[in-house]
Amino acid sequence: MALLSLREVSKSFGGLIAVKELSLDVEPGSIVSLIGPNGAGKSTVFNLITGIYEPTHGDVVFAGRRLNGLKPNAVCAAGIMRTFQNIRLFAFMTVLENVMVGQHARLKAAVWDGALHTRFASNEDKAADRKAMELLEFVGLEAYTSFWARNLPYGMQRRLEIARALAGEPQLLLLDEPAAGTNPAEKDALMQLVRSIRDRGVTILLIEHDMRLVMGISDEVHVLDYGEKIAQGPPQAVRRNPRVIEAYLGKGA
Amino acid sequence: MSGPRRAFWAVLILIALGLPFIDRNSAHISAYVDTGYIVLLALGLNIIVGYTGLLALGFAAFYAVGAYTYAFFASPQFGMHVSFWLMLAGGGAVSALFGVLLGAPTLRLRGDYLAIVTLGFGEIVPQLLQNLDKYTGGPDGIASIDQPRLFGFSFGFNPVPYYYVCLAVLAISLWLLNNLRHSRLGRAWMAIREDELAAAHMGINTTATKLLAFAMGSAFAGLAGVLLAGKYGAVSPSGFDFNTSIMILAAIVLGGMGNLTGVFVGGIIIGLLNSLLLPQASNLMHALGRFTHIPVLQAVDLNQYRFMVYGGILVLVMLFRPEGLIPSATRRAELRVQHHDAVVTGAGAEHMAAQEPVV
Amino acid sequence: MHQFLQQLINGIALGGVYALIALGYTMVYGIIELINFAHGDVYTLGTYFSLTILALIPLSTITSGPELALVAVAVILLAALLCGIVGVLIERLAYRRLRNAPRLAPLITAIGVSLILENIMQIWKGTSEVPFPQFLPDRWHTVAGVRFDDRSLLVVGISLFFMIALNLFVFRTRLGAAMRATAQDRDAAQLMGINVNSTIAWTFFIGSALAGVAGFVSGLYYGTTFFLNGYQAGLKAFTAAVLGGIGNITGAMLGGFVIGIVEAMTSQYISDQWTSVVVFSILILILVFRPSGLLGEQAPEKV
Repeated sequence: MALLSLREVSKSFGGLIAVKELSLDVEPGSIVSLIGPNGAGKSTVFNLITGIYEPTHGDVVFAGRRLNGLKPNAVCAAGIMRTFQNIRLFAFMTVLENVMVGQHARLKAAVWDGALHTRFASNEDKAADRKAMELLEFVGLEAYTSFWARNLPYGMQRRLEIARALAGEPQLLLLDEPAAGTNPAEKDALMQLVRSIRDRGVTILLIEHDMRLVMGISDEVHVLDYGEKIAQGPPQAVRRNPRVIEAYLGKGA
Repeated sequence: MSGPRRAFWAVLILIALGLPFIDRNSAHISAYVDTGYIVLLALGLNIIVGYTGLLALGFAAFYAVGAYTYAFFASPQFGMHVSFWLMLAGGGAVSALFGVLLGAPTLRLRGDYLAIVTLGFGEIVPQLLQNLDKYTGGPDGIASIDQPRLFGFSFGFNPVPYYYVCLAVLAISLWLLNNLRHSRLGRAWMAIREDELAAAHMGINTTATKLLAFAMGSAFAGLAGVLLAGKYGAVSPSGFDFNTSIMILAAIVLGGMGNLTGVFVGGIIIGLLNSLLLPQASNLMHALGRFTHIPVLQAVDLNQYRFMVYGGILVLVMLFRPEGLIPSATRRAELRVQHHDAVVTGAGAEHMAAQEPVV
Repeated sequence: MHQFLQQLINGIALGGVYALIALGYTMVYGIIELINFAHGDVYTLGTYFSLTILALIPLSTITSGPELALVAVAVILLAALLCGIVGVLIERLAYRRLRNAPRLAPLITAIGVSLILENIMQIWKGTSEVPFPQFLPDRWHTVAGVRFDDRSLLVVGISLFFMIALNLFVFRTRLGAAMRATAQDRDAAQLMGINVNSTIAWTFFIGSALAGVAGFVSGLYYGTTFFLNGYQAGLKAFTAAVLGGIGNITGAMLGGFVIGIVEAMTSQYISDQWTSVVVFSILILILVFRPSGLLGEQAPEKV
């Protein structure tokens, strides 16, 4: 059974249809990419999954559970974490604190545990600290733990966002243009990183413009244009699909 | 804690414990106690404004709720005489409840609208206390409030026992707040301050977490209110107006929003200024006037300039040292960087950020 | 019914004052998204300027109608000018530096400026009520059993005049267009060659000048003032601006009259001492349930 299914999901803002009857399945353990020209509605799809928007029609189903109408924090608790197209780190918290906040939904210390600094809270925080360090090592930021997030260079901020998202122990990770603004060397490293995240057992849904990256790591690619799906399939097939070429290059190209 | 900071607190604790023996003037000790209440209020407001980034303006209303709660439960007004020590918790709880009642519908509002709503609430509460005179005693308030007793010893109007009670409450509060700041909840508060939407995506229930900040901040104000009502044995609406709210705001702005040490120091400075220094300075001026035969100095009343001082603090600190006297490292960077950005990217940088397309 | 009409007249006169103040809040908010907390005190300053100027004029020697009108116009314009200058100075000294700071920073500064202005007025004229010279003849009219005097007519007339003038200014002049453009998108306006700094300064000038007019008008109407008047009046006028939809000029005027009438009716049918509670409850309810106000557009939540 698919881990995530969108079933004929539509979203309109006033008269504008941003996403139209989109159906999409993400199999567990796969890397699925969502591509399309600017304004095709890709980020809207992420916002529909994570509860920023509620679908006008259709259902979002995750691990057999309908997500429609859930708030972002509930979606997170259900096992979906994400990154953002324009990085949204907690700019003036340290790199380590950012990853600690990412674990919020997995930590159990109650208010009084924190206030009284009980043994439980203290142990849990120590464990959270260790886990944050492990994740920072995983993305290669272990040397920067006490930096403010905003002081990291751009590429590192992207990786910190990924570490923060992984801290929530997601089953499904949504990556929104993780390669945007990174250089070719960083892109190669990112490709490796995404693969190794999948190897940790996390399923990945990816929005990306960089075709080399998309074609290099995706198991399946879905192409959106004007909010509608125009193609889907393995990367090589999608690449040769005439409708896709037309959407990207325009008619008569 | 680093070495110098540890030494700072150690010296502070020693001075605090010994103060009533060093300065035996009971009017002074009374002023120190009142200063302690301001510090307690500032610590509460700091949870809301400093940690969570929500500007609450009518904070004195929660102070009033605490004071009147104690007045209702421990005076001839309704013939009830509940123990002061029980009501310390009770007053805090009732204030927290009011915080939740006000916060629940309003916390989703944008920052400056929230400021105005809390300000409106801050105006309504003293008005209600004045108008509902059947219950509140109107403008005269409630008198003959029970004063605290401990082991059969009544505190009466001797400020020294109140001083040590206040000190104990402050010490416990600082300990709790320092723990909270470094806990899961503290991190969630700051995450909300930094980016509310991203915080929600980290699994933080932003509504509940903001509400908790409101409730806990208000509880501190309620606690301070009970202490105040117990010390003076009387309450009236006049002590809980907008000016009081502003005084507390000035304390945390001056000390440094979001930093416990800063807020503590800011509270002490503003508290002492309010209850000791301005009156004292006036007397000093009068003496100087008599000595130099300058009539203006003999007649000057520096209390008159109190709000010029608070206003001046708010303006000057915001313009020239937005991080306050003792800032948290984080807040300093934030406020400084925004200034810097303004220079680098020209007018409207923040404006643009606010208009950025969805996520 | 007769009582009702009487209070309606009072409410409209009161509403004229609130509307004039509300315009300043709404214009400034529209252009830099700042609740100019000191605006209410600029209004009281308007009353203080007016009564100080009037004290300099030998009023007892002036009796003819045209001369009195001339005095009134001169005092209004002078008070407006002085308040306008104060407004521009406040913007320049206290707000401009913080234009790109976190939003709470200028708001806190504005509160500080408000306190400073109040303290200045307190030192200037003391803490008791300050009388406003009554230089107009005490003439009353009775229409359908409702009594009102020249002052009420004048208050409403002056308020309406300045509101119409402001509307013409904002929608018919180049500077007005620059203001609207800057309010919509400061950066785009700058790229179009609009001097954003001077446009914002003009906005403060005009808003504060209108507060000065309101200060004169209210002095005339109440015959007295007080250094803290501006705090509550300002908050009520802000309520009016929010009620009408903040940033919306027509809305601010409408909101001003609504709040004036609500206040008059509350004091008639409930009690004087409940007016603040009622008005501020309205403020909270609107902000919670319809923050865009009566005429404001429902701005989509920015994510």
